[in-house]
Amino acid sequence: MPEQIQKILGKHGRGPDELIPILQDVQAAFGYIGEESVKAISRYLRISENQIYGVSSFYAQFRFTEPGRHGIKVCLGTACHVRGGSTLLDSLEHGLGIHCGETTVDKRFDVDRVACLGCCALSPVVQIDRDIYSRMTVNKLTELLKNYE
Amino acid sequence: MNKLAKKIDSAKSKWEKLNDNKEPIVYIGAASCGRAAGALELKEGVKTFLDENKKSARIIEVGCIGPCYLEPLVDIKMPGQPRVSYNNVNAKMLGMILKSHFIDGVPHKKLALGHFGADDLEGIRRFFDLPMLKPQVRIVLRNCGFIDPEEIDQYLAVDGYQGFMKTLRSTPEDVIAVVRQAGLRGRGGAGFPTFRKWTVCREAPGEQKYLICNADEGDPGAFMNRSLIESDPHAVLEGMLIAGYAIGASKGIVYIRAEYPLAIDRLKRAIGHMREYGLLGKNILGSDFTFDIKIKEGAGAFVCGEETALIGSIEGKRGMPKSRPPFPAISGLFQSPTIINNVETLGTLPNILRNGPEWYTRFGKEGNRGTKTFSLVGKIRRPGLIEVQLGTTLREIIFDIGGGVQKNFKAIQTGGPSGGCLSEEFLDLTVDYESLASAGSIMGSGGLIVMDEDTCIVDLAKYFLDFTQKESCGKCVPCRVGTRHILEILQRITDGEGNPDDLLALRTLGDTIKKGALCGLGQTAPNPVLTTLRYFRNEYLEHIKDHRCRATVCKPLIEYRVIKEKCTGCQSCVRVCPTGAITGPRSEPHNLDVSKCIKCRSCYEVCRYEAIAGDAIVIRTAEKQS
Repeated sequence: MPEQIQKILGKHGRGPDELIPILQDVQAAFGYIGEESVKAISRYLRISENQIYGVSSFYAQFRFTEPGRHGIKVCLGTACHVRGGSTLLDSLEHGLGIHCGETTVDKRFDVDRVACLGCCALSPVVQIDRDIYSRMTVNKLTELLKNYE
Repeated sequence: MNKLAKKIDSAKSKWEKLNDNKEPIVYIGAASCGRAAGALELKEGVKTFLDENKKSARIIEVGCIGPCYLEPLVDIKMPGQPRVSYNNVNAKMLGMILKSHFIDGVPHKKLALGHFGADDLEGIRRFFDLPMLKPQVRIVLRNCGFIDPEEIDQYLAVDGYQGFMKTLRSTPEDVIAVVRQAGLRGRGGAGFPTFRKWTVCREAPGEQKYLICNADEGDPGAFMNRSLIESDPHAVLEGMLIAGYAIGASKGIVYIRAEYPLAIDRLKRAIGHMREYGLLGKNILGSDFTFDIKIKEGAGAFVCGEETALIGSIEGKRGMPKSRPPFPAISGLFQSPTIINNVETLGTLPNILRNGPEWYTRFGKEGNRGTKTFSLVGKIRRPGLIEVQLGTTLREIIFDIGGGVQKNFKAIQTGGPSGGCLSEEFLDLTVDYESLASAGSIMGSGGLIVMDEDTCIVDLAKYFLDFTQKESCGKCVPCRVGTRHILEILQRITDGEGNPDDLLALRTLGDTIKKGALCGLGQTAPNPVLTTLRYFRNEYLEHIKDHRCRATVCKPLIEYRVIKEKCTGCQSCVRVCPTGAITGPRSEPHNLDVSKCIKCRSCYEVCRYEAIAGDAIVIRTAEKQS
């Protein structure tokens, strides 16, 4: 892991405006922002770890725990909301026994909400990993999850 | 300039060859939404068909042409025939369509949606005569769905970068004057005259100036900017060159949401092509103008659509707004004069520069010139991306273009979470900055969400406040604490525990936040509550006094029931119920235990779509517990 972080850091300059791009690259590589990464970034950019946590916790994109094997994102944009997006999230939370923002014990899924995926005309939509599924229903979603191990 | 002129010549002849084609072309609408609907699988299907039948054709992935509800769209253009469009294509239909064109040599009349030829094609309508398209005026979206967004040559062939070349032949002051005469106002929502902002920046002292393209389209329910960038990235980038030249900037930044990976890919590719063609870098096309463009990905914060917060985010800080003045046009990114323009504003510029301001003022109305793109979504029959002249009425948009509402129309939300919710009496309101403001709403960036009688207005207001409360950066008290208070009250009302004083409290809180908040997010956050209070007061009162949600949305106020007389006992609902609340032997009416029911909707869906009865499970107002 340390070499991989150094490799990411090496691609960036040391200006303060590099912080968010670095965090994005770290998250893309590891799936989350770990303690070790924060320490390495802190040394590289010469800013405090607190400052890094301050910035990273402000943005919805960053997470600080290891993600599950599959990320489920339920779109709660307005169009999805009026077409039942929140009911999808409720049933997902109930079915997997976790809350939004958490990961199942077997690390199979983590569930998150997303403000809008921009596919409003196909609402409600759910994203699993990189695939977007349109016109979802509670039952279609239950079936769909069986395809992800 | 000469080098580019050659490239344009070759691009144009390539384009002409493509269009009076010897070779068939298959166009696939493959923007994000088309992909979500299965466009890429169809592309594979086309390839397989061609291989199996030993035919050849050029397959082009184009962007979004607008009617999203018809996705996925596949168009076919055979030699000597106009391009014919097919909608909601699935694998089986694709086979029929391809066979018809490639084997039988004729369009599939039954399945065809429309064609793009000039003349009548027997039995098939012209695409732009379709009811959704006919009232629209496409200026910003002119290339969307027609050119390959990944090919700069195709953009050049349709007069791309002509506006920029005209710009280079003028002085920056002349360019600003053209934009002033055109009457262009910022399409991000507030409608500030673009030329005025530019003038301030142009005249501000400072060596280094920045131009930022705001593509942080955070409004839930809006996707105009995503579609434009995915379908015609060069239009936005050309707009950046023009704006950069006018204000005297040498650096441009596109600040774009990380949730739009395809748009980011296409921008990166387009920027690469620009560099290759000498449209970026030092002394562009032999002029004195030096300009480069970088992409910065946003990290998921709605407030970063606000100018000063956006700047903070690019600087690597928490995206928190600052009080103004100083305005970014004087002191913005890294304390340098900075202009932030919305994607659509920039995408409009090449058209204005190319065709002249007189041409642009032919569209729209006095004070509100030109067109505006909207994402028309919600409970509408024909959702999609549309572009209309400013001054069009809401009624025309909803009923003529959108085809009306599935059930009875209830309301339309303009301007996303910062906007207002307008009732039926406003249907004849014209869509322009001032009219919408007078009704308590805003133009916003262009999200139009239509609601029917199945939408609960109080729940909707709660939804928006939940959103703004979560997205509030927490810097100023009115927004941080105020939105929280409003949300708590709305939660109480939708739980059936509201009291009549709550309505006054909502008004007072709303007015206070509007006056006291630091930035646009806070100042507009109460709009959904204030407008719904004004236009849908009865629904609030029903929740409070009668504990009734007429749209049967608010969970604590509703219950699920099985209508014994209708239930055939098919057990479909028993199988999907996650809590075992529904029981009953086969072929006998089932029993639903209300105390176990979590109101997840599974049984309701199954009964409607898969079960025998179809309507045996109903959602209704819960009986009052005393």
